[in-house]
Amino acid sequence: MTLDVEKIRSEFPILSTEMRGQPLTYLDSGASAQKPRVVIDAMADFYSAHYANIHRGVYHLSAEATRQFEAVRGKVAAFIGAANEREIIFVRNATEAINLVARSWGEQNISEGDEIVLTQMEHHANIVPWQMLAKRCGAVIRVAEIDDDGVLDVAHLTSLLGPKTKLLAFTHVSNALGTINPVTQLVALARDRGITTLVDGAQAVPHQRVSVDEIGADFYVFSGHKVVGPSGAGVLHGRMALLEAMPPFLGGGDMIESVSFEGTTFAPVPHKFEAGTPDIASVIGFGAAIDYLEAIGMDEIAAHEHELLVYATERLATVPGLRIIGQAKEKAAVISFVLDDAHPHDIGTCLDGEGVAVRAGHHCAQPLMKRMGVPATARASFAFYNNSEDIDRLVKALIKTADLFA
Amino acid sequence: MNDLRELYQATILGHNKKPRNFRAIEDASHEADGHNPLCGDQLTLYAKVAPDGTLEDVSFQGTGCAISKASASLMTDHVKGKTLAEVSDDFERFHDLVTSSPSDEANTDGLGKLAVFSGVREYPMRVKCATLAWHALKSALDGGETAHTE
Repeated sequence: MTLDVEKIRSEFPILSTEMRGQPLTYLDSGASAQKPRVVIDAMADFYSAHYANIHRGVYHLSAEATRQFEAVRGKVAAFIGAANEREIIFVRNATEAINLVARSWGEQNISEGDEIVLTQMEHHANIVPWQMLAKRCGAVIRVAEIDDDGVLDVAHLTSLLGPKTKLLAFTHVSNALGTINPVTQLVALARDRGITTLVDGAQAVPHQRVSVDEIGADFYVFSGHKVVGPSGAGVLHGRMALLEAMPPFLGGGDMIESVSFEGTTFAPVPHKFEAGTPDIASVIGFGAAIDYLEAIGMDEIAAHEHELLVYATERLATVPGLRIIGQAKEKAAVISFVLDDAHPHDIGTCLDGEGVAVRAGHHCAQPLMKRMGVPATARASFAFYNNSEDIDRLVKALIKTADLFA
Repeated sequence: MNDLRELYQATILGHNKKPRNFRAIEDASHEADGHNPLCGDQLTLYAKVAPDGTLEDVSFQGTGCAISKASASLMTDHVKGKTLAEVSDDFERFHDLVTSSPSDEANTDGLGKLAVFSGVREYPMRVKCATLAWHALKSALDGGETAHTE
């Protein structure tokens, strides 16, 4: 392992704490990542010495805060391979980003009879906003199928892209199964047919180098809190031509040029889509998170996580009655599994008792659970601050659990 | 692991493996579904109320975690033969037990074997699993039609 994992772990304060009297074994980064001290300090420091509202103040403190805030926009653009930083819109999280597109682009471009193509493996964030839009506009949702290994049936997806299709929205990496989709290929399929694309990158950006310009999607979304950033900063990347044509999402201050009761004009992109005072400190913290990750290197992170995935998959095979759900050849470090005699919720509680944090349930992917034929799964998701001891503790606790329910 | 052993003690594990009254009732007078979306517990509660107002028979079907299954199993055993007023009282008592603070003495009066669920208090995320069957029973007896809870 080329990463100095022990050094990294020492930089995450929560990793030296205990849960239920045991050392914390945190295997739920898929839900949200832990934060390094530099991110925590960046926010505390900002509030302590640099805080002011942005964009409007005439005084130095505000100008500085604005500069720091806008600098993060550039950092994010470089981080995800977007040449134009004005295509980076700050939102709360990936869910909000998708809702923004559904409202703003969706209502302008989707009408009765139009079709929106999703997949069976989507997170609810990439299903529900489209259902809500479809209901409002009279559009139809078509669903691309996956196979029993949790791999997207690209042929089936292609067959759904017809003359009525206006949008293809799909996930880059499945949060429940770990499946990595052939994102560039799928975007190209849609683009060749004049179909707009939105890619949910929430589970991809933490695990690998992503280049949105190369992927070429019209919209790409992700959440800062999964990339060791604070909970309040997420990103919508959109192609400038689309963003310029779209109406605003939320209305209010900061997104306007001028306001009168006779008429109001809007600010240019990106500010057109950033109404009101944002979570300034979270964006600052997000910037610190990106600096931290760039210093380590996303390729190094991907390599380390892949080793964790291989080791975990091997060791989980030693747990009696354990079955991994999601066997794609291309997988991120996310493993969903079930045990013969213990329901995932019971697995989760038993592991909790051993200080091991995993997620148990439907992972905001109820249609996916139904397709995979399980009511729920337990999910261990890894980050670059996990090590082989974490996996050993997971397996030990699972064997104990399997014993208890045998 | 002490709290865990209290929660997953032999009674609960036993009722999970071999739940009592795990069947449908063909001529049920009341029926309701219970669904715990947090973890995917899903059950159908059947009840047959006798002319004298007592629960002649009560049963359940479905899939779910050990806590929800054991709770449904123990509940159906506990409420059989009781009047609807007694069942309502038991619902309150059980709900109070599992939502009381773990630092307080558990009030298990009148709950008999149901007292084993006092361990759930240490795991607030599992309370809905323990009360699912009770909510479904209440829904069945209140509504009299197939209803959806949670």
